[in-house]
Amino acid sequence: MLNIAILQIGKNMEKYRIGEFEEIVLLAVGILYENAYGVSIRQEIMDRLDRKVSVGALQSALRRLEKKGYLSSRKGEETSKRGGRPKLYFSLTAAGKNALEYSREVRNQMWDAIPQSALKLKPL
Amino acid sequence: MRDDTGKDVPKFPLRLLKWFCKPAYHLDIEGDLLEIFEDRKNEHGLKTARRLLLLDVLLLFRLSLIKPIPQLNFLNHLTMYRHHFLISWRHLLKNKAYSLLNIGGLALGSTVALLIGLWILDETSFDRYHQNYERIAQVMQNQTFEGKIDTWYTQAKQLGPALDQDYKSYFDHISMSSFIFGNTLRRGENALIKKGIFMEEGAPEMLSLQMKSGNRDGLRDPYSVLLSASSAEAFFGQEDPVGQSLELNNKHELTIKGVFEDLPSNTTFSNVDFIGTWDLYIQGRPSWIHWGNSWFQTFVQIKENTDIDQVSAAIKNVKLDHVDEGMAKFKPELFLHPMSSWHLRSKFENGRSVGGRIEQVWLFGIIGAFVLFLACINFMNLSTAKSEQRAKEVGVRKALGSDRAHLIGQFFSETALIVGFALLTSLIFVQLLLPSFNLVTDKMILIPWESAYFWLGLAGFILLLVFLAGSYPALFLSSFQTTKVLKGVTIGSYRSALPRKVFIVIQFTVSVTLIIGTVIVMEQIRYSKNRPLGYNKQHLLHVPIKSDELAQRFDVFKDDLLRSGLIEDACRAESPVTSTFVTNSGFDWQGKDPGMADEFVTLGISFDFGKTVEWEIKEGRDFSMEHPSDSTGFVINEAAVAYLGFEDPIGQKIEWGENETYTIIGVVKNMLTQSPYALVRPMIFYVDREDIDQAILKLNPALSAQEAISGIEAAYKKHDPLNPFEFKFVDEAHARKFQGEERVAKLSGFFAILAILISCLGLLGMAAFITERRAKEISIRKVLGASVFNLWKLVSVEFFLLVLIACCIAVPIAYYFLSQWLQKFVYQVDLSAWIFVLVSLGALLITLLTVSFQAIKAALSNPSQTLKLE
Repeated sequence: MLNIAILQIGKNMEKYRIGEFEEIVLLAVGILYENAYGVSIRQEIMDRLDRKVSVGALQSALRRLEKKGYLSSRKGEETSKRGGRPKLYFSLTAAGKNALEYSREVRNQMWDAIPQSALKLKPL
Repeated sequence: MRDDTGKDVPKFPLRLLKWFCKPAYHLDIEGDLLEIFEDRKNEHGLKTARRLLLLDVLLLFRLSLIKPIPQLNFLNHLTMYRHHFLISWRHLLKNKAYSLLNIGGLALGSTVALLIGLWILDETSFDRYHQNYERIAQVMQNQTFEGKIDTWYTQAKQLGPALDQDYKSYFDHISMSSFIFGNTLRRGENALIKKGIFMEEGAPEMLSLQMKSGNRDGLRDPYSVLLSASSAEAFFGQEDPVGQSLELNNKHELTIKGVFEDLPSNTTFSNVDFIGTWDLYIQGRPSWIHWGNSWFQTFVQIKENTDIDQVSAAIKNVKLDHVDEGMAKFKPELFLHPMSSWHLRSKFENGRSVGGRIEQVWLFGIIGAFVLFLACINFMNLSTAKSEQRAKEVGVRKALGSDRAHLIGQFFSETALIVGFALLTSLIFVQLLLPSFNLVTDKMILIPWESAYFWLGLAGFILLLVFLAGSYPALFLSSFQTTKVLKGVTIGSYRSALPRKVFIVIQFTVSVTLIIGTVIVMEQIRYSKNRPLGYNKQHLLHVPIKSDELAQRFDVFKDDLLRSGLIEDACRAESPVTSTFVTNSGFDWQGKDPGMADEFVTLGISFDFGKTVEWEIKEGRDFSMEHPSDSTGFVINEAAVAYLGFEDPIGQKIEWGENETYTIIGVVKNMLTQSPYALVRPMIFYVDREDIDQAILKLNPALSAQEAISGIEAAYKKHDPLNPFEFKFVDEAHARKFQGEERVAKLSGFFAILAILISCLGLLGMAAFITERRAKEISIRKVLGASVFNLWKLVSVEFFLLVLIACCIAVPIAYYFLSQWLQKFVYQVDLSAWIFVLVSLGALLITLLTVSFQAIKAALSNPSQTLKLE
């Protein structure tokens, strides 16, 4: 099972290359599940990572991920708060899930590859 | 769904977003932004939310989110306009002479319009320097004399206190005031004549004087004075004069309480060098003066939210309530004359405002508009005349898919280019002409380069010119039909021929009218200048006597001057011979109609007055020292004889004043001492020994004026060392009375010359165009034996006829308006026919000269040159 997975990962190395911010956006979309649209995603990231996200950065990342096929979008309801503009909801696609898994796998493998002695450091 | 959300949202960032964002993304991004905006507004407040929204939008400007660049269609327009200007520029260069005519004509026209515009701006901004301009007024009075209402600017000294007592609630300030007149101010040895006005405490506040030092409330103490900045500098240089003192008329020691910024030239009080106190001034007037002595002025500032008319109505009867029956019969009525009308609407007829300078503003405004219109006509004529050259271009453009709107746009941008050049040129002209223009108009106008309104106005002016000059050519040129023009059918120039002719007629009608007008105004001035004066103004010098010593020792002074040969004679009089504005009533004589107002111009003189001014005795005799009884004698003028109604005036008795009886000893020819345009009023001369503080000297004609004056000044200084010597030539003072009319004549003459010049430029262009078009025809005619004269006639006669028509229209128009204008002068020049004929002939001659140049050039050209091309 594991071997197959590794094999798969190896094969898809090129395909699943995503940046750090893109990964965070994908995760946030996953966390929010049914309720992932621009404002909520941005809020989620800001809350969890305690960092500022500009609308522009988020929007361009979302569009890029959608183009790559990791995200899909659908029009949602209009609310008065938005001046009558519809929300655009995003959800993970299978490819998106794979990309996340791939990136997590790669990290885990790399974690595992660190020799124990290298991590014996004085705590800060 | 929609409620009030979005009403606080700034429009600009969203518009910006819509402009650059991919349309597919736009709506939901905007939704996100609005939602975040609302959250931020609730959390951080509106201002922060707005700022952050703009920041967010700017950060959205990313390659992945913006529209593809080719969709930004403004770039296309830019190319189009660039193309338009390029083509226009090439056309300008291709037809240099034509472009020069066009730009030159428009430049001259807009120079006139700009100069007149600046002048009107200056006239209409008169007195606006004062902050409370809209609420300041002068109290005036209407009185009825013999059924006619006279309007006076003057008031009795009692009016101020009366208003203050009963009508205070209407006014912020009430100030009695003197007129503005010359006074001697002295600091040590430095004595200067300075124009002063004497007003009450509130006046500086009312006039919102800008104090450079000291305070506006400086006129509390009677012996205080406020100086203008320039007169402060004349006495004290750079040091601060506040607290220092000056001597006024060698009598009073005044303490300087403040220095105010000089009032600008376009204010009524612009020549005021100092403001003294009313209290001091009124001390020096006789104590007996009463409600009948309207010798002063009254200025008021009404309270905010009150209406001038309402206050006028309220104070109407203030004088009537205070005067006795003798004066009540003149029905004095007070009213307010608002500051906004002082300059432009100061003429009153029969108690009503009938304009004044505003007529000149209208006159020149209309002239400016006409001259500008003439320049636009030139442009239209030349553009449409050249249409044949453009017809093919229009045809090709249309064939290539250009619609009419685009073509109109193109021709407008061509006009804009030419107008732009013309306006630049005219700005240079205006800058160069302004000094002499200011000299003629007696103004200090500058081009307000720093004013935003000026540039806005200029932009508006460009738009107006482009529209006026460009509309007709643009519509006309763009109307060509593709198939016809490309086939070579020349319809355009025939269709535009009639409007062109009409335009030429209009141009010359306006020009000829203007020239006739100018000539007649000048004739009227010349005629009035030649009007018999009744005395000899040559070599007469008028010198005010300022000290009592000199007045008492006047005979010694005169002897000094006579002995040194500086003068031929000298006398004294109550006022200068060129402005005898003292009038008196209260005369009684046998056979007087009780309804008569019996108002005469009176002039107190010394015995030798008649001899000095060389008046012309018609009957009886002059005053003479040999007849002691002459101190109760009158010399009257012819107008007075007619008014009194005496068959044989000599020896008749007239009662005047405290039961004194005067005898008429002589009659003189009418002397022109007031307006040179009005009838001479009935006038009485009497011998006075007290109040005559004006000396009139007859200079020795053998000496140059300069020699005589320096000699007289030396003698004057000996008798009156304290006061500066002042003098005026009587002939110059007389000439000054024509200034207003001369200004009108000079300006309208200048504008008329420009108008005819512009019209001739147009004519030149048209003649060049016609001869060019008919070059082949002319050549063939020449080959067939036509003489140069025949050919010249062929081209010229059409223009000659057009200008002849224009003259025929202009003459009745000019006649109508000028006979109206002359109505206001009693003494008026005849509108003789030769003026009209001569001006028309002149216009025709100029036309022929202009056209002939082109016509003869064409007629003399070698036919083989023109014909070999085919």
